Amino acid sequence: MVKSSEGYPDALYIDRHFIHEVTSPQAFDGLRKRNIKVFNPSRTTATADHNVPTIDQHLPIKEALSRHQVDTLRKNCPEFGVELYDLGHPYQGIVHIIGPELGLTLPGMTIVCGDSHTSTHGAFGNIAFGIGTSEVEQVLATQCVLQYRPKTMLIEVNGMLGKGIVAKDIILYIISKLSASGATGYFVEYAGEAIRNLSMEARMTICNMSIEMGARGGLIAPDETTFSYIKGRRFAPQGETFERMVEQWRQLKSDPNAEYDHMLKFDASDIAPMITYGTNPGMGIKVTDRIPTLEELKDISEQPSFSKSLEYMGLQPGSAILGQEVDYVFIGSCTNARIEDLRMVASMVQGKKKASNVEVWVVPGSKQVEKQAREEGLDKIFEAAGFQLRQPGCSACLGMNEDKIPAGKYCISTSNRNFEGRQGPRARTFLASPLSAAAAAITGRVTDVRELV
Amino acid sequence: MAKEKFITLKNQAVPIPNDNIDTDQIIPARFLKATTREGFGENLFRDWRYNSDNTPKADFPLNNGTYDGKILIAGKNFGCGSSREHAAWAIYDYGFRVVIYRFFADIFKNNALNNALLPVQVSDSFLKKIFALIENDATTAITVNLAEQKVVLPDGSEESFDINPYKKTCLLNGYDDIDYLLSLRDEIKHFELTH
Repeated sequence: MVKSSEGYPDALYIDRHFIHEVTSPQAFDGLRKRNIKVFNPSRTTATADHNVPTIDQHLPIKEALSRHQVDTLRKNCPEFGVELYDLGHPYQGIVHIIGPELGLTLPGMTIVCGDSHTSTHGAFGNIAFGIGTSEVEQVLATQCVLQYRPKTMLIEVNGMLGKGIVAKDIILYIISKLSASGATGYFVEYAGEAIRNLSMEARMTICNMSIEMGARGGLIAPDETTFSYIKGRRFAPQGETFERMVEQWRQLKSDPNAEYDHMLKFDASDIAPMITYGTNPGMGIKVTDRIPTLEELKDISEQPSFSKSLEYMGLQPGSAILGQEVDYVFIGSCTNARIEDLRMVASMVQGKKKASNVEVWVVPGSKQVEKQAREEGLDKIFEAAGFQLRQPGCSACLGMNEDKIPAGKYCISTSNRNFEGRQGPRARTFLASPLSAAAAAITGRVTDVRELV
Repeated sequence: MAKEKFITLKNQAVPIPNDNIDTDQIIPARFLKATTREGFGENLFRDWRYNSDNTPKADFPLNNGTYDGKILIAGKNFGCGSSREHAAWAIYDYGFRVVIYRFFADIFKNNALNNALLPVQVSDSFLKKIFALIENDATTAITVNLAEQKVVLPDGSEESFDINPYKKTCLLNGYDDIDYLLSLRDEIKHFELTH
C-alpha cells in the first residue's frame, strides 16, 4: 500500500502487471496523449492471445481488425519498453497460463491485468484481480491502482473427491450453490482438505472462475505444492534466493482465527461431475440431475430470465441433460488448457476415437504447454482419436478469432462462460471439466464420466 | 484528462428488464477489436438488437420506438462477466449517462465510474415502481441528482443511493483517477525503493 488517506481510495502498488492486445491499446494511447512513459516497464509483461488464430500462426493474421489490434500491441510494447511474447515466441500463450508457468506469478504479490480471469493467479496466494482499461493506463503510468478494501469470504471444501471428479467440478458446484452473483463484492479464500490436495494447475482452475460468481478475486494459501511448482521456473528466484523466499512465503497464510465477512463449508463427497445447462455459470447441475423447472427456482423473480435462457439453449425445463447430443468439444481457455488438463483428456481418449457427429478442438494454453504435450506424445493420442491439436490462444472461449461455434450448435467446453453468443453468435455452451468434455467427445453426447473411468 | 461533469439529469428511460446482463451481451467480443474508445455504441446489445442478417429486432426496447432517453434501467447483477471497459464505453457512446439497476458487478461499476457513466443502485421495490411507471407511460421523466444522491420520480417519490465520496467528487468535477495517482508519483518511487 503506497498511500491510504482519508477521503481517497487506497493507492495499491502492483507487483506484476500483465497486458494483452484487446484491453491495452486505449491505455497506451492515454499515455501518449499525456506524454508520459511507463512508470516501471520491468513489471509489465505482454502477450497476444485473445485475437490470435490457432492454426498457421506463422502467417499474417487474416482478419484485418484482429491483425491491426495485434500490430498495435507490437508497436506499443517496444515504444514503451514492455516485454512482449508475440506469436511465434516460445513463451507466447494465454496471459493467465504464461504468468505462472514462467515464474512471473509468485506468492504474496499484487497482480492485475485488463482481464477478469486475473483471479487465476490467486492460486499462488496472491491478491490478483481484473481491471478495466482506464486502470490499465493507471498501472502503466504509476504502477498503482486505486482500490477499496473488499469484503472477505472463506469457502472450505472438506473431504475427498470421488472418482472422475476434478477441480472444474468443484468450482462449478460452488458457483451453482452461490449463483452468478453470490460473491459480488468479495475476495474469496478457498481452503479445506479437498482444495489442499489439488495440484497447482487444479488450484488455478478454481481461482480462475471466482469471477463467475461475482468475486473480484480468489486465493489459496501457498504451501509445499506451490513452492515445488515454482522451483526452477524461468523467472522465479533461483538457488539461495529461492530458499529465502520460500521461508517468507510460508508465512502467507490466514490466521487460524481470522474473521471473514462470510464463511461457507461444502462436503467434497456431495460433488459430482457438473455441467451447466443455461446462459450463466451459476446455472449448473450434477450431470445426472434434471434441469430445474420454473416452480423449482428459489427466487420467483428469476423466472423470465430463466425461461429466456432455456429458450436460447433449446432445452426444456425439468428434462435430463445426460444424453443430450453435442456438436463441438472445446478443450482450452485460461480455465483448463494447462498440461495437466491435456494429460487428463489424453488419459480418457487413449485408444479411443471421437464420435462421428462431433468436432473436437484442443487448444493448448501456451507454446510451452503445446511443446510439452508433443514431447509427451499427447499429440499422437489426440490425432488417433480424431481431435485437432491447435496452437495457443483464447480461441473458442470467446470466439474473437475464427474459432467460433456455429449458430444453434451445442458445444461442451472446458472454458469459463456460457453466456449467450460467447462462443459465437447463437452458439450454445455446456461448461464442464476436461474429463467430461473428453467423455462427450467419445460418445457424442453429454455423458457421466464416471461410467468411463 | 478531464471527463464530462455529471451533476443532475432529468430524462426519460429505456427499460431492459433482465437479470445478469453480462458484458458479452452489452458488447460481444467480436466488436472489441477497435483500438480507440469511440464508436462502440453502434454495437451496444448487438445480438439482442439485431437479427443475424443485421436487420433490427423490432421488439427490442432500443428499436421498438416506444422508449428513448439517457437512463438505462435493468434488473440485478448488471455488467457481470468480462472486465471489458468497452461495455461502459458502448453504453456511454450510445447516449446513456445513467444506469439504474438492482446491483452491479464490481468491475463494471468501476469502469462506469471511470467513464462518467453513473451507476445507480436502488431497492427492489423502487426498481419495480420505475418499471411500472415506464410501462404505463414511456415518457416518464426520472431525475437523478448526484449532489444530493437521490432518484426522484414524477409522483414525488424518491430514493437515495450510495456512491463513494471520492468518486462523487470526481464525477461532479470531471476529475480522472489518473490525475490523483500521478500526483503521488514521488511517493510511489519512494515505496518502490524501500520495499
